[in-house]
Amino acid sequence: MKFGILVNEGPFTHQASDSALQFVTAALKKGHEIVRVFFYHDGVNNSTKFSDPPSDDRNIVKLWSALAEEHGVELIVCVAAAMRRGINDEVLAPGFQISGLGQLVEAGINADRLVVFGD
Amino acid sequence: MAEEFDDEFDGPVKRFLFVNRKAPYGTVYALESLEVVLISAAFDQDVSLVFMDDGVFQIVKDQNTDGINIKNFSRTYRALEGYDVEKLYVEKESLEARGLSEDDLLVPVEVLDSKALSELMNAQDVVISA
Repeated sequence: MKFGILVNEGPFTHQASDSALQFVTAALKKGHEIVRVFFYHDGVNNSTKFSDPPSDDRNIVKLWSALAEEHGVELIVCVAAAMRRGINDEVLAPGFQISGLGQLVEAGINADRLVVFGD
Repeated sequence: MAEEFDDEFDGPVKRFLFVNRKAPYGTVYALESLEVVLISAAFDQDVSLVFMDDGVFQIVKDQNTDGINIKNFSRTYRALEGYDVEKLYVEKESLEARGLSEDDLLVPVEVLDSKALSELMNAQDVVISA
């Protein structure tokens, strides 16, 4: 099955991003396709390379980057939501790209299921 | 009219339902969710909106944000018609629990009970909730 993923919350404050990561990892392991992960609302905060949690905690940003690196998962950050929150190309972690909301709608059109992770 | 829009997007049309559950102010969800609605309409998708829980406050008449230094964006809901977004639904239970009626709302809506709403949700291709 082709899944689109929408992440609406930032890392750590909410579990949404962790759940999305685990869902994507499990779906890929089962042979499903992830057409795109789209980050919206505070979800754009998952994309900053300056995230630096304590070493005994999971590093959510790095886990997303690793998914992009290892499985070619497309990580798209909404430009308008990102600009509001001080996220631009200069702070993006590897694997993330900034683009428009059309990418979210397109993911909804092209995927069999769009799964929303949020509050 | 329809032909005019076909020039912009020739891809498949899916049923998109936006479920608005949060108050208009206090968090940014309502404002940013409305942006996605407008983009979906620009992609010529079959768009519906549901207002439930505190989301019903998003379309209450006579909103005034002067005292909180936040933009009053409630007029945008009135503009949805111009984007061919005309299917607006409100959950009956949410409205009643807040002492509101259809007369308190700034756009024409169809009021559905939660059972009818679940059927509406089941009939969609994409459900986006915030």
